[in-house]
Amino acid sequence: MVTMEDYPDIETEWCPGCGNFGILKAIRKALVSVGKAPHEVLIVSGIGQAGKLPHYMKCNTFNGLHGRTLPLATGSKAANHDLTVLTVGGDGDTYGEGGNHLIHAIRRNPNITAIVHDNQIYGLTKGQASPTSELGMKTKVQTHGVVNTPLSPLSLAVSLDCSFVARGYAGNIEHLAGILEEAIKHRGFALVDILQPCVTFNKLNTFKWYAERVYRLDEEGYVPDDRIKAFERSLEWGDRIPIGIFYKKEKPTFEDGFGTLGEGTLISRPKDQTLVEELIDSFM
Amino acid sequence: MVTKGKLEMEKMVVVEGSYAVAHAVKVCRPNVISAYPITPQTHIVEGLSQFIADGEIQNCEYINVESEFSALSALVGSSAVGARCYSATTSQGLELMHEVLFNVSGMRMPIVMTVVNRAVSAPINIWNDHQDAISQRDTGWIQLYAEDLQEAADMTAQAFKIAEDEEVLMPVMVCMDGFILSHVYEPVVLLEQELTDEYLPTYKPLNILDPKKPMSFGTLADPNYYTEFRYLQQKAMENALKKIEDAANEFYDMFGRYYGGLTDKYQTGDADIILVAMGSIVGTIKDTIDKLRQKGVKVGLLKVRSFRPFPAEAIKEAIKDAKVVAVLDKNISLGLNEGALFTEIKSCLYNTENRVPVVGYMIGHGGRDIRMSTIENIISEAQEVMESGIRKESQFTDVREEIL
Ligand SMILES: Cc1ncc(C[n+]2csc(CCOP(=O)(O)OP(=O)(O)O)c2C)c(N)n1
Ligand SMILES: [Mg+2]
Repeated sequence: MVTMEDYPDIETEWCPGCGNFGILKAIRKALVSVGKAPHEVLIVSGIGQAGKLPHYMKCNTFNGLHGRTLPLATGSKAANHDLTVLTVGGDGDTYGEGGNHLIHAIRRNPNITAIVHDNQIYGLTKGQASPTSELGMKTKVQTHGVVNTPLSPLSLAVSLDCSFVARGYAGNIEHLAGILEEAIKHRGFALVDILQPCVTFNKLNTFKWYAERVYRLDEEGYVPDDRIKAFERSLEWGDRIPIGIFYKKEKPTFEDGFGTLGEGTLISRPKDQTLVEELIDSFM
Repeated sequence: MVTKGKLEMEKMVVVEGSYAVAHAVKVCRPNVISAYPITPQTHIVEGLSQFIADGEIQNCEYINVESEFSALSALVGSSAVGARCYSATTSQGLELMHEVLFNVSGMRMPIVMTVVNRAVSAPINIWNDHQDAISQRDTGWIQLYAEDLQEAADMTAQAFKIAEDEEVLMPVMVCMDGFILSHVYEPVVLLEQELTDEYLPTYKPLNILDPKKPMSFGTLADPNYYTEFRYLQQKAMENALKKIEDAANEFYDMFGRYYGGLTDKYQTGDADIILVAMGSIVGTIKDTIDKLRQKGVKVGLLKVRSFRPFPAEAIKEAIKDAKVVAVLDKNISLGLNEGALFTEIKSCLYNTENRVPVVGYMIGHGGRDIRMSTIENIISEAQEVMESGIRKESQFTDVREEIL
């Protein structure tokens, strides 16, 4: 049986009080709940404070380039679909530099859980606006305040008919772990956007700010099976901010599209060149 | 640095390298700035944002974007309609721009960009070497390397002047070593607005998108025309050889500071051993030379300021009497086991009478500290080469064998 001891604490380099600690704990709890041992799990990250998370996990990990987590994870999943693949990245990483990858990952629907540490700021580079920073937020680069309309990642995902769309809050670890458990169990691409207070660089969206606003969808009897309702909820952002599972839909995964994967993972297959040679010969 | 008369101490202020550069950009009066934050470039764009916020740069927009690819692409659009454009990046950001770099130079846009040199991933490393810029060698950007904070700032104004010259019209990268120059505080003279206005006149673009005089940028050039585009870019690079010298000389006349044109020489007159290098390492080498000169070692330095265009003639002339040349590169061409400057210096000598032995040292990768003792070792090995010939043509410096 997999227990929390399988995912031991490792010394971190995050600021004391960072929302990332809650996310780290929730990921470990979720993996234990779904019974996945470290060797069965792959965590792919980009670059950023969020991108450091794999350093603090005992399992297979991969540090990719800033913004490029999703193509990397898709590649790993295709070659070894037995792995439970999670990606972690920041809001800058996933929605900015890697924004185009997100759109196409949702379209492809690989069985991957994409975890976004959404602190509404670039943490690692010390506090510039990200795609989710609030209008008017002042930073050293956005000296007059942010003028670009913030991205609503959940609306984007729902509009693309993403097969699993959820939002968690780093300040509610139990609830977040539950969402992550569902996301990992879900067959298909799961986007989990996590409200993550950045205690050092985001003085606007603090623990207090979030705590005053978040409410749980499940406590209002919300059922995540309707795309239009999900879209409506995804637009809710202000005095009340919903957390929980917004939308869930079973559909064929990226891997389902490859009949050949039914015979086992690509990496475990004998490498038979003869067919290729025959094919090449046929052109000669 | 050579100064006309005394260094104007009373004008000096102690600032961070990034601030000195941001200030230099400011007085060059850019119209559009676009950049994406990345360590160790961030302080430059934060500085510029502050200037814009404080109303200190008139007629200038800072475009916030989601990646370096977008940053440089936005400038392509702005430059095409006649704006003076600036960006800054490093490492992963510069590598991501690769495709756009070709676009900019192919369309002959005189964009200036500071590259705060940093190592490239993987493994991720935020410290200094030159691999990022060197890897963009063939994209058609002029590449200048600064030795210290003052030069990085002054070179920025020179870069706009060179880039916008109608006989050049090529983009320029001003390369400065990450952290070593970008994050260090040193006394510098900030460029005076009035002098800079005189030095760098208002940008008068030659070809722009204008409804009154329609034209196209970046259209297809089929095999009948493509070669000529490349040929003309090469000609522009050749023209730049002189313009880089001119820009440095004019700068000296006006501001009273000079660091060399294409190259600069230090104690090379009677030197048997000549070291060749680019960037901040030049300071360490000069100190080492001073020390060894006292012991009677005839050693000198050739500092290369312009890596592109490659100043072959200036280099050949500078090393013509040397008995051995040692080239220090903060980069490596993997699979060749040579740094780029070393390879190119060797190659420019090949069809000449000069058979001077040239040896290469790849040094300071990913921010590995370069000490005077390391430079001394290189010099003593160069002495051996002088006496008994080349034993190792090109090698890594300070490899930690114990962790391999
Ligand atoms: C191509 C490229 N551009 C820029 C960077 C510099 N960089 C590293 S992390 C980061 C953004 C960090 O913000 P986010 O993704 O939100 O993660 P956080 O640190 O907030 O967790 C940036 C711009 C980089 N590594 N690569
Ligand atoms: Mg972030």
